[in-house]
Amino acid sequence: MKIKDVSIIGYGAYVPIFRIRDSEIARVWGRDPKRVPVNEKSVPGYDEDSLTMAVEATLNALKRSNISPDIIGAILVGSESPPYAVKPSATVIAEVLGVSRIVAVDMEFACRAGTTAMQNVIGMVGSDMIEAGIAIGTDTAQGRPGDELEYTAAAGAASYIISKSGNDDIARFEGSFSYVTDTPDFWRREGERFPCHGYRFTGEPAYFHHIYSAAKGLMDELGLKPQDFAHVVFHQPNVKFPIRIAKQLGFNKEQLKYGLLSGYIGNTYAAASLIGLANVLDNAKVGDRILVVSFGSGAGSDAFSIIVEDGILSKRDLAPKVFDYISRKKYVDYSIYSKFRRNIVM
Amino acid sequence: MNTFINSVPRSWRERKYKYRLIGGICKKCNATFYPYRGSCPYCGSDDIEEVNLPKKGRLISYTIIYSPPSEFRLKQPYIVGLIELEDGTRIIAQITDVDVNEVKDGIEVEAVFRRYREQGADGIIEYGIKFRPISD
Amino acid sequence: MRRVYVCGIGATPIGEHWELSLRDLMVLAAKKALEDSTLTKRDIEAVYIGNMSSGILQGQEHLGSLFATWFGIPGVSAQKCEAACASGGVAFHQAFLAVASGMYDVVVAMGVEKMSDGNTYDVTSALIMADDQEYVAFTGSSFVGLNALIYRRYMEKFNVKHEDIAMFAVHDHKYAVNNPLAQYRKAVTLETVLNSPIVADPLRLFECAPIGDGAAVVILCSEEVAKKYKSDRLVEVIASSVATDILSLHNRKDIVTLNATKLAMNKALKMSKLDLKDIDIVELHDAFTILGVIHLEDMGFAEKGKGWMLVKDGEIEKDGKIPTNLMGGLKARGHPVGATGIYEVIDVVTQLRGEGGRNQVDDAEIGLAQNVGGVGGTVTINLFRRL
Repeated sequence: MKIKDVSIIGYGAYVPIFRIRDSEIARVWGRDPKRVPVNEKSVPGYDEDSLTMAVEATLNALKRSNISPDIIGAILVGSESPPYAVKPSATVIAEVLGVSRIVAVDMEFACRAGTTAMQNVIGMVGSDMIEAGIAIGTDTAQGRPGDELEYTAAAGAASYIISKSGNDDIARFEGSFSYVTDTPDFWRREGERFPCHGYRFTGEPAYFHHIYSAAKGLMDELGLKPQDFAHVVFHQPNVKFPIRIAKQLGFNKEQLKYGLLSGYIGNTYAAASLIGLANVLDNAKVGDRILVVSFGSGAGSDAFSIIVEDGILSKRDLAPKVFDYISRKKYVDYSIYSKFRRNIVM
Repeated sequence: MNTFINSVPRSWRERKYKYRLIGGICKKCNATFYPYRGSCPYCGSDDIEEVNLPKKGRLISYTIIYSPPSEFRLKQPYIVGLIELEDGTRIIAQITDVDVNEVKDGIEVEAVFRRYREQGADGIIEYGIKFRPISD
Repeated sequence: MRRVYVCGIGATPIGEHWELSLRDLMVLAAKKALEDSTLTKRDIEAVYIGNMSSGILQGQEHLGSLFATWFGIPGVSAQKCEAACASGGVAFHQAFLAVASGMYDVVVAMGVEKMSDGNTYDVTSALIMADDQEYVAFTGSSFVGLNALIYRRYMEKFNVKHEDIAMFAVHDHKYAVNNPLAQYRKAVTLETVLNSPIVADPLRLFECAPIGDGAAVVILCSEEVAKKYKSDRLVEVIASSVATDILSLHNRKDIVTLNATKLAMNKALKMSKLDLKDIDIVELHDAFTILGVIHLEDMGFAEKGKGWMLVKDGEIEKDGKIPTNLMGGLKARGHPVGATGIYEVIDVVTQLRGEGGRNQVDDAEIGLAQNVGGVGGTVTINLFRRL
């Protein structure tokens, strides 16, 4: 899918202040504290959820966009951890911004929902349905206590304001490619609190196959090679997987440098690739080409090719950067973590 | 027992003021106040306009709640502060993202959108503005 | 306006009355007061009942008819008055107006609160309803928390030490020992107060009025009815005032002054044609130690920021310059919220009648009772004179 004249004019990220070290989780469950998937992960405070995080990320994106919320025509929220099973988060965000005459809806596709929201907004802007729209990926991921996922399931949000290309763009979309199959590697049944997963089945047939196929598809369609990209961002459920898929696709570690954050904050699910992209934008040079590939279980990947424009220079510092959030942190122990995550059963 | 009134419309009708920190400014005596209301609490004038209040301010007093109302029971302890916004308007709000032993009078704070309370496990969630310390 | 007299007082002890209901408490207090007045049930023409939380804590409203029914005086004019913790004070004010206006000759002013049936969390939820549900209760502040905001600000603004304010609790407990109606008839040390658990920082448990049940009744009558009493039994109500302030602290310019106290005080002094120095004894509404200090200032007995010195220098003792809370105050006599205003009147009348026992102040002639609702959203001041 080639994309014409659609750009990012604002972006914002959010990561909660709280962290738990994987070694602390390992202590509780008797696991070797050195054999853990990430160093630490972000933890939402007791008063946070995917909606409140989306609000902060979106207010940051608005600060960078230099636009009035009045021109926003759509708010699409991608999340697998909405505070309500039925009742949209998008309308609350619209209310915070004070806009009503818009399209507002929540989307779910595991960790891929944020990039799917982005793709939809691109389509609405590209087809002139709206002047500008907001795509959000946000999650307070749920890991069953004691489960492998508990070591990585983290919290964060990223929000992108997408509009017709103009003079003040942060980055321009060049193309997008999606790839889906029916591959149940991870799911949560209706009414269940915690998701289930297929253990090692989440790897090869799921994460690797889909990301590889989407990335390959996009590069083939646009006639691009790995060396054409300055930066690459993959969905990051841990640190190992993105490094491995990068290698498989022919990317080097330097290209992954800014886009891989799971070692610091864990897996932020629908926000993961979008926070990675935000950190790339915090650091990229004008003209840099970026490959972003998400992955959502069930399963599918969205790939995007994005070129950094000179608007980034004046807009970058208008809101807190990803590393501002990553470096302000407070550690909690497993008890406080359980309280915050409402895992203490009364 | 839910001792505050579990009602959707009750919280719904305040959403604008709670989500966006909208206060009132009296066109007669120039006072500002939170939240917006149709009559000035100081001079009684009915000529009041809505105003978007500043999102930053200073903590002028605080308390740590160790014995909360029932609907905040699982959150204790937490901090409630009296904040003076940059334009002098004052507001009572929770101070979040800070440990109870770290909070101090006079710290600079900024508005954040957070969960306040829930109308039971199956009821609606009431959101609003809290304040967190501005990091250096 | 006609002259108004107190011709009967009666109250239940304050405490956790597991076996007494809201209606039992009302009936018991009314019986005692009637007995004290030597009037009969049939003499009662109107009843004003101060109560804050019967609806939320007892699932019971319509206290006027409830009381009339259970006391066996159906037909009488009866109604509930509510102004948070000042409910008793405003009920008294209404009763006063009813007699002063010439409408009725014998009127009951009652206060009642049944608090111990609920758990502490639910009672805390009920009490914060004294402030703005949408913009204060919403924040999770407890009522104690609001007073803690005042406390911290006061200490900072006037550079006053915690222990100098906490002394107020020690004072109350000392006098409650000799009050048979008091909830805590036990002296405490400053150390005990300062080492008690924190409820809402900096307020400690022993600086906060306790949760308790109680009902108190004062019978007011006209001069015509008063004529049949010997004068040593009668106390005249020489002023009754109510004033309000902006409900919530964040809308007030100054949170360490309760403006309604000043307003109500001015009104009462004007009405009674008295000076501050004429007042011999004071019952003030120290639901929290800090409030006791602030009230002394706002009533005019001390400069702003210096009320605590009166406590420290012994000036609020029985033999001090301005004897205060001589029956134990809210901290130790107790604070069944909607009843407190009436208990305060009873404490003043008891002293003016010379029935204060070991706590009796010599030659007390003029007494003041101050009752406060919320964080000063309502203040009532009632002044009394021994005949």
